[in-house]
Amino acid sequence: MMLMIPRRRFLLACTALAAAPLISRAQGDPRRQALLREITGGPLPSAGRVLVDTPPLADNGHSVPLRVVIDSPMTAAERVRRITILAERNPRPIVASYVLGPLCARAEISTRIRLADIQEVIAVAEFSDGSWWMGGTRVIVTELACLEDG
Amino acid sequence: MLARIQVPAQAKRGEIITIRIAIQHPMETGYRPDHFGRRIPRNVIHTLVVRFAGAEVFRADMGSGVSANPFLQFHVRAEAGGEFTFDWVDDTGAKGSERATLNVV
Repeated sequence: MMLMIPRRRFLLACTALAAAPLISRAQGDPRRQALLREITGGPLPSAGRVLVDTPPLADNGHSVPLRVVIDSPMTAAERVRRITILAERNPRPIVASYVLGPLCARAEISTRIRLADIQEVIAVAEFSDGSWWMGGTRVIVTELACLEDG
Repeated sequence: MLARIQVPAQAKRGEIITIRIAIQHPMETGYRPDHFGRRIPRNVIHTLVVRFAGAEVFRADMGSGVSANPFLQFHVRAEAGGEFTFDWVDDTGAKGSERATLNVV
């Protein structure tokens, strides 16, 4: 188990790095910036430390499994306070926000979300030192939510 | 509201446990028309709070982007035995709650 943690953190760092160009390329987008500022209340998050894990191809936009894993030891001194999910092409881009209390032992949540379009799903995390980080992944949805009924 | 909450009954002190929540709810988006073409008003579980021995452990603020029958999973450190309470409320004001006891050995 002791061996697992550095390896997991290393892999996390690798995937976060791989996702970084996608995020930073779109960072200049004014609509995205406005949404990010709405989430953080001012500062723009840095790209990295946040991994968004979804199937790359989701059949059903009504229910897309989503896991967010953040590189944080979750000790009393250094932890993630809040995670917010952003799907810019949804009619309501801010999907959900989670507050992790002191008992939360991993900076990780899983849920299922609706996606109205093929898009990059972004997770924004607030750390206990006041810094903001984000990561994202592109999800291709074959049947979109918000169309037809269901 | 029917809900399935999974908390292990027992854990070792310091162990990380997984909590899973699934609540039966349509999470009505507010964008969907009924059979007469009228918009069905939004009705989602907008807040879910998890407490342990009275102290807040986890809180979810959700919108219409969360799937029907919302599912949530997160991890908690088992420091001491006690009771988890789960409380949620939707846009109509309907409330649901569940509790689960954890024994720490």
